[in-house]
Amino acid sequence: MITAPFDYHAPRSVPDAIKLLSTLGDDAKLLAGGHSLLPMMKLRFAAPAHLIDLGKIAELRGIAQVGNEIHIGAMTTEHELVNSRLLAEKVPLLVEGAGLIADPQVRYKGTIGGDISHGDPGNDHPALMLALDASFVLSGAKGERVVKADGYFLGLYSTLLEPGEILTQIRVPVPAPGSGAAYQKLKRKTGDFATAATAVLMQVKGGKVAKVSIALTNAGATALRAREAEAALTGKAINDASLNEAARLAMAICEPMADLRGDADYKRAMCGEMTRRALQVAYERAAKA
Amino acid sequence: MAKTQTVSFKLNGKDVATTVEPRELLIHTLREKLMHTGPHIGCETSHCGACTVDLDGKSVKSCTVLTVQCDGADMLTVEGLEQGGTLHAVQQAFHEAHGLQCGFCTPGMMTRAYRLLKENPNPTEQEIRYAIAGNLCRCTGYQNIVKAVQSAAKKLAAVPA
Repeated sequence: MITAPFDYHAPRSVPDAIKLLSTLGDDAKLLAGGHSLLPMMKLRFAAPAHLIDLGKIAELRGIAQVGNEIHIGAMTTEHELVNSRLLAEKVPLLVEGAGLIADPQVRYKGTIGGDISHGDPGNDHPALMLALDASFVLSGAKGERVVKADGYFLGLYSTLLEPGEILTQIRVPVPAPGSGAAYQKLKRKTGDFATAATAVLMQVKGGKVAKVSIALTNAGATALRAREAEAALTGKAINDASLNEAARLAMAICEPMADLRGDADYKRAMCGEMTRRALQVAYERAAKA
Repeated sequence: MAKTQTVSFKLNGKDVATTVEPRELLIHTLREKLMHTGPHIGCETSHCGACTVDLDGKSVKSCTVLTVQCDGADMLTVEGLEQGGTLHAVQQAFHEAHGLQCGFCTPGMMTRAYRLLKENPNPTEQEIRYAIAGNLCRCTGYQNIVKAVQSAAKKLAAVPA
């Protein structure tokens, strides 16, 4: 399992990486943790002439609170997310989600930025980012732009990231006090992508859902925001009827691909079940918060 | 052919340098150039964990790391666990608790257990199982592997390394 030949570049700063990306053009790919790209290169699904390794750029790592946001460097690993005290306190949804990604070795290498930029609907961060209403900082030769997660994912392996741009930072608003969140993921085994998974962030007031966001993993060509389900739940109490209706509306937007994990009907049903469970758990956590 | 590069790193405490094509995987460098055949090639698709090595304090699957990424790194393979002819507590525990059957996954399993116990010296059974989820035992000998890791934790607690 050897990749096609390529030249390797290890810039030490974001400007250097952008310069390389501009110079080398379409023949270059960015290397983050390498646990999606290198397997694809081994299978020769990808054969870039140049790899630009972002792994030596210190400024791309780290988790910090800035005002009411958590700023996460794009090269921060899943392992670092799982073990972050700041995230455990402020955005536990991200800790829960990252802990369900792949296995320990992959979490030591895999990065949040790589997971998001890859544009694979089977990756977990896209739905987590939608549920959390995150924003992404995209840096290029012309400067920086900040885009919302909602709208960033365009299709299979396709995002708003332009050639010549690097996703450098993820910005997650700290959820309001009293929020509850949950990520429920069904997978066949450790290391597999989700058969279905749902991320929920919820605020509860007086026993009723005041605000909720629901996002689905691996239910279509991109992570999906289940807006109709969100609207149907808002103002309602959580009970069997409201959960079933939300699950039904989430299932209605699913267009899963049949594969070894199951046929489309099964995956749609599991998406409904994960949605039901995530809503239930998020509600219980909000009640305790 | 792409340009070759010289890469230097510390391997089990010794400085090594090797010249590689950028596409060379760490597992191939370790086994074929540096003659460290402890780390095994199981699946070569980052699923099985037989190729696990410790890279700058992290367990990684060396089939999914490029050697060129390791310049300046500090690396430990199963060969580096033993010190001065004395088995590491993890190795002793695997021996005593019969934490292996065919032995194919053992180097990766022990290297992973080594890092786990550095990070969490007193793991619960559930934590051990979660921590070795990236290492597959084709004999399905997980019960004794978990017991071996528990035993290693006790040994390390008795005599701090």
